[in-house]
Amino acid sequence: MSTILKKKRKMVQWDPADVKAQLLAKYPPKVARKRAKQIMINEALENETPEISANVRTTPGIITMRGCTYAGCKGVIMGPTRDIINLVHGPIGCSFYAWLTRRNQTDAGPDGENYMPYAFSTDMQDSDIIFGGEKKLEKAIQEAYDLFHPKSIAVFATCPVGLIGDDIHTVTKRMKEKFGDCNVYAFSCEGYKGVSQSAGHHIANNQVFRHIVGENDEVKPGKYKINLLGEYNIGGDGFEIDRVFKKCGITNIATFSGNSTYDQFASAHTADLNTVMCHRSINYVADMLETKYGIPWIKVNFISAKATSRSLRKIAEYFGDQELIDRVEAVIKEEMPAVEAARQDVLPRTEGKTAMMFVGGSRAHHYQELFSEMGMKTISAGYEFAHRDDYEGRQVLPNLTVDADSRNIEEIEVEADPTRYNPRKSPEELQAMEAAGYKFKDYDGLIPDMGKGTLVIDDLNQYEAEKLVELMKPDIFCAGIKEKYSIQKLGIPMKQLHSYDSGGPYAGFKGAVNFYKEIDRLVNSKVWSYMKAPWQENPQLSATYGWE
Amino acid sequence: MLLRHTPKEISERSALMINPAKTCQPIGAMYAALGIHGCLPHSHGSQGCCAYHRSTLTRHYKEPISAATSSFTEGASVFGGQANMLQAIENIFSVYEPDIIAVHTTCLSETIGDDLKQIRKKALTEGKIPKGKYMISASTPSYVGSHVTGFSTMVKSMAGLAESTGKKNGKVNIIPGWVEPCDMEEIKRITKMLGVSTILFPDTSGVLNGPLSGEYKMFPDGGTTIEELKATGDAIGTLALGEWCSAVAARELDTQNKVPCKVLDMPFGLKATDRFIDALRIVGGVTVADELSMERGQLVDMISDMHQYLYHKKVALVGDPDQVISMTEFLVTLDMWPTHIVTGTPGKAFEKRIREITEDLPYEVNVKAAGDMFLLHQWIKNDPVDLIIGNTYCKYIARDEDIPFVRWGFPILDRQGHQYFPTVAYKGALRLLEKILGVLLDRRDRDDSEQQFELVM
Repeated sequence: MSTILKKKRKMVQWDPADVKAQLLAKYPPKVARKRAKQIMINEALENETPEISANVRTTPGIITMRGCTYAGCKGVIMGPTRDIINLVHGPIGCSFYAWLTRRNQTDAGPDGENYMPYAFSTDMQDSDIIFGGEKKLEKAIQEAYDLFHPKSIAVFATCPVGLIGDDIHTVTKRMKEKFGDCNVYAFSCEGYKGVSQSAGHHIANNQVFRHIVGENDEVKPGKYKINLLGEYNIGGDGFEIDRVFKKCGITNIATFSGNSTYDQFASAHTADLNTVMCHRSINYVADMLETKYGIPWIKVNFISAKATSRSLRKIAEYFGDQELIDRVEAVIKEEMPAVEAARQDVLPRTEGKTAMMFVGGSRAHHYQELFSEMGMKTISAGYEFAHRDDYEGRQVLPNLTVDADSRNIEEIEVEADPTRYNPRKSPEELQAMEAAGYKFKDYDGLIPDMGKGTLVIDDLNQYEAEKLVELMKPDIFCAGIKEKYSIQKLGIPMKQLHSYDSGGPYAGFKGAVNFYKEIDRLVNSKVWSYMKAPWQENPQLSATYGWE
Repeated sequence: MLLRHTPKEISERSALMINPAKTCQPIGAMYAALGIHGCLPHSHGSQGCCAYHRSTLTRHYKEPISAATSSFTEGASVFGGQANMLQAIENIFSVYEPDIIAVHTTCLSETIGDDLKQIRKKALTEGKIPKGKYMISASTPSYVGSHVTGFSTMVKSMAGLAESTGKKNGKVNIIPGWVEPCDMEEIKRITKMLGVSTILFPDTSGVLNGPLSGEYKMFPDGGTTIEELKATGDAIGTLALGEWCSAVAARELDTQNKVPCKVLDMPFGLKATDRFIDALRIVGGVTVADELSMERGQLVDMISDMHQYLYHKKVALVGDPDQVISMTEFLVTLDMWPTHIVTGTPGKAFEKRIREITEDLPYEVNVKAAGDMFLLHQWIKNDPVDLIIGNTYCKYIARDEDIPFVRWGFPILDRQGHQYFPTVAYKGALRLLEKILGVLLDRRDRDDSEQQFELVM
């Protein structure tokens, strides 16, 4: 490693308690009390993390990063499925804003069915609000069917639909029966439900599980069949992960829901292992798949090459087949040199720098490993819509209090399928694996992986983001599009970790290389040195030109 | 093919909108409110509305868009959003310290019947709006009109701040409509050149095209000040640019403050700019500066120089009514053939206006208000064009059909320049012409055979 390139860095000194106090100082007392519980100074205790308040309402008037339930349901979960017509029942805006804005890449495949470049809406008018919108919805479903003959139509409720009492589920049921060859179902994902997008993920996943999973019992060819849950193919992440799977000989039956198809969901119950990428958005589907069909689940992470290697080994170990174990090792051996070369290239320019990240329910955790591979420390992080278990680990699950906002989000009661329940591993096999250190249904959360004295902040808002940057001066800040330019105005590069700006993939081996290069570009860009003009840096008139 | 499922055959649709050419009211209200100096827009609804509007405006401008939300939950949706709004007002003034908050409603708060005027009264009585600070509100249900309606309604609320002292201030109000920050800047340059003292509102210049300087200003230096908005009530008259965007506010000033108004088309293209300058000259009682006549002459000169590349070229045009009306007229002025014309915003008056502008053409144009881009695409499939003008979403049609495409309108999510280089007035028309010619001639250079390939064009 070259040390010549290393710039001397000025150390920014800060005391976490002081930072926390300053974040809270300007709030009215009630808001300050609430936020204090969501801002945690990490004490890095072994196995006993401090409690953080999460999945609670955002205070009105506070400029939050969060979106709504509809965004989580239609935008995040169902958006990337290419051959389902996603019909939004409501005024036009909700459909318009979720139209192609999430950078989920798609391969239309040999069948060529791809409705993702389209936006479908019932465009409700005031007369529909007054007299009800069911007739218009029914007609819109019929028109969509007549025009496209899709295999499936999904209907999404927006805020007014729930308020005026349109019974979208009855309408879709009727249309499904009428068509016979098109599965039609609805999502009650009105934007006011829950406290964030998270409720929408839940509503979406429940309906996918109820209406699609298990519809196709046909056994797919291939060995080592898994599902990849909670991977949305932003910037092509899913494509890279699929490339690696293919190389290893692992068969991905269904991705929930990046680059997915209706049939993938319908066949998901034929896989033998569920691998969970984004714990927040989908861990409950993994639980349901286990209860109903007997498929165990493990937590994986394909963000960073090391994490990818670990996850592949974990999958191989589950199947326990030497052929697969060897193949995985060979793939890792083949892929790693390029990753390591890229890492060594950027390291002299990135080492010692600091990062902050406030996204999602997983990425604020997953990306810390990639940054650490570049020698960059995460000094503050938090989620936009996660729950306590995503911070503290799944051991807190039994103790989570269910408040009024969560109680309204349906939990499906699932039991073993009378004919198709088939435990992929016997209780004895599972026990033996666990005794040997293999972890099923396991997630320790973000907090244990963060350093002592770092700040963990839930539902960060615009004011706090600006303060954090001002006080802790990170070298890079990661969040979403709404936060991007206020941070960059301060002269700090900002990387979008929802949509990846224009980049990606960042998952898997090739993704790690892309990310190293991207972060190197951002933290070392010359643009940040141009902010002051010469006359602003030296305003005094120190010399006179000889023109007199 | 990206839009591979779009059939050529057009079938009647009465309930299903596909690929909309409009969005909902609140985003327009938010954009208008950003044109007030020191203003924090506020969305009275669930969080998602505010997040979506901020994201879309951010993607279009590549600038921070600050706006707050009432963060409705299920409880608020049942019991009403008053408590959320009052809490929001208190928090906004303590934490962000704006001079004014401009609140708009959403389909959620409209459906449950929240009354912002009454909530504002309550906030005032409870002392939640500090002395010297303001709150204005606009009712912008998403299920009526379009984003243009929301813009217009918020501008009307801005006009509600006008005060009449009984003494005219000699100024002319100009309501520019939903144009880009640089267009507003250009209008100010022209009025200055003419020597007419004006108040322009809203004014997003200096707000949504700000510099990178190492400093983040939540409330940038630009925007129409509250003092200026108050002074609109003493103006000698109002020029409203665009019937859809600006007329309501101008008429409000007429009714409430006895400020006479004239509604003009948005000054895109030669003739609409001529009418704007002429009107400004007359109300301001000034002579048009030679520099401006020079700019006009330069535009006419370029039209004559390049006419052969424009003549009878067929154009598909989609956008907002005021913009599309002026653009259609400009295309006719250029001897081009606007062929398919769509706006997503409802209003039969739009179709009537387009038919008037195109009545001398040797064919009947396809025109639709409350239309969508799916229909536009089908029209193009049935009757191909040489050029598409519209927002970024048109790129899917342009690519599939292999048609030259000029981005113009809202939103533009994939190219830069719209914040900085105006398309209003003569210089703006020159830029439009440059863009149109650029794509048409690039196409010639791509498609011409080696024998026909030209150095000089």
